[in-house]
Amino acid sequence: MSNSEKRMSPIVNMSCKFNQFFLYLCIGFVKNHQNRTSMIVSSIKSFGRYCIFMAQVFRVPDKWSELGRNIIKEISKLGVDSIPLTMIISVFIGAVICIQMQLNIMSPLIPSYSVGLATREILLLEFSSSILSLILAGKVGSNIASEIGTMRVTEQIDAMDIMGVNSANYIVLPKIVGFVLFVPVLVILSMFMGLIGGWGIAFFTGIISVEDYIFGIQTMFVEWYVWYGIIKTFFFAFIITSVAAFFGYYVRGGALEVGKASTNAVVVSSIMILFMDVILTKLLLQ
Amino acid sequence: MIEAKNISKWFDGVQVLHDITASFETGKTNLIIGQSGSGKTVFMKCLIGLMHPEEGEILYDGRLFSEMNAEQRKALRTEIGMLFQGSALFDNLTVLGNVMFPLKMFSPLSPAEQLERAHFCIKRVGLENADEKYPSEISGGMQKRVAIARAIALNPRYLFCDEPNSGLDPKTSILIDELLSDITHEYGITTIINTHDMNSVLGIGEKIVFINKGRCDWTGNDKNIFRSKSQSLNDFVFASKLFQEVKMFLERKSEEEGLS
Repeated sequence: MSNSEKRMSPIVNMSCKFNQFFLYLCIGFVKNHQNRTSMIVSSIKSFGRYCIFMAQVFRVPDKWSELGRNIIKEISKLGVDSIPLTMIISVFIGAVICIQMQLNIMSPLIPSYSVGLATREILLLEFSSSILSLILAGKVGSNIASEIGTMRVTEQIDAMDIMGVNSANYIVLPKIVGFVLFVPVLVILSMFMGLIGGWGIAFFTGIISVEDYIFGIQTMFVEWYVWYGIIKTFFFAFIITSVAAFFGYYVRGGALEVGKASTNAVVVSSIMILFMDVILTKLLLQ
Repeated sequence: MIEAKNISKWFDGVQVLHDITASFETGKTNLIIGQSGSGKTVFMKCLIGLMHPEEGEILYDGRLFSEMNAEQRKALRTEIGMLFQGSALFDNLTVLGNVMFPLKMFSPLSPAEQLERAHFCIKRVGLENADEKYPSEISGGMQKRVAIARAIALNPRYLFCDEPNSGLDPKTSILIDELLSDITHEYGITTIINTHDMNSVLGIGEKIVFINKGRCDWTGNDKNIFRSKSQSLNDFVFASKLFQEVKMFLERKSEEEGLS
């Protein structure tokens, strides 16, 4: 303690300390406020850049025949190559949902076909659209971001720009169109394989009878739920491809930045999918 | 001819190009030389239009770049060939696919004629047997040659090369230099090469622009570069031991000539 502080009365000393504490609080608040403001500003800036990027992507292609050829390539690379992952995950999740349902709703008051019914509803309403999209955001999103990011850092995109090719349109549009076109196949496949997974549990473990399960998945079937799942995934597929392409396209630096862009693409597109899921559920189901 | 008039460029308030004025002649290999970080790549990117200078004008055969609309710029781009430092070949395409790319996008030729033209360009750079190979399957020197074939596929009027010799052994460097020089003279292209390789300077430097700390310090050619009075150029040129000995030899020779 300094001599001047020693000479001060305890009350004055305490008041000084309080003032100091209050000052620190104020500085902290202002700093946090500045951080928050700069975060909001940078988010708005990023959204603006994303919109400009999309305007560049959705221009008339330089050559329609090239676009068609590239869409087919992207359907194969992003869509068809995702079929094994979709099938494996869906079968296992379907099986797990079936077991969970059987364990949780086992009651003499609840009919035994409810297990099949609940499994179907979960698969149709959430898993095969939203959760599958989150999984695909990891696979397809990181693939797109790292591919485009690598093209950027190795100057392949600059090479296209110098030739006069609209690089964003040439590279990104086939990915968006290809994946959006193919995603209903993945959704329907996921729904089917999920139900197969549940059937497998009934058949191999006997925790419920196969007849009850099959009756359950047919009872009170609402066709709209299938369309609801498909409609949702159109939006999710667009988010996955466009957000990942955006992060990849604006990479600056080297391999480290490509990795970061890939991670950011997956994180942001996952959040966007969840946010969009809430909006679409409210709009389509209520 | 490409002319740059009073080009200035800033990055985050730091001026990297200071009022550069230079012209690059048609049918000649024009070199932009300078130390790493001197601003020559930025200058070249401004010339191509990948970066926009805050001040100054760029003219392509009298056509002012800044006054061109989107369509005119797009048309100009098809007249430009570019060889990047890292070749920038498309990984997912074969050698033939890379050379065919600009033809497919912009050429009015039929597919058979495009293929013929691509084969001609590949043959011109001496890579007849590498058509079906991917960029990852060929050497650095071969990649550079593929990039040159791709750059000349559309018969460009202007050819830009960003450090074409980087990462290559001296022998392959000379081959690339000779190829660029031959193509320039054969097709009457305005070639601009960005380099700090003294072998290139002496081998193909028909016109040389020396950039130092963002300023154009000297212009000349391979004949008079050793006789320059510019201190910064001499520091750059005679940095290596080999060229210091060349300098001493030249000084001895001029003294002898003076005495006789």
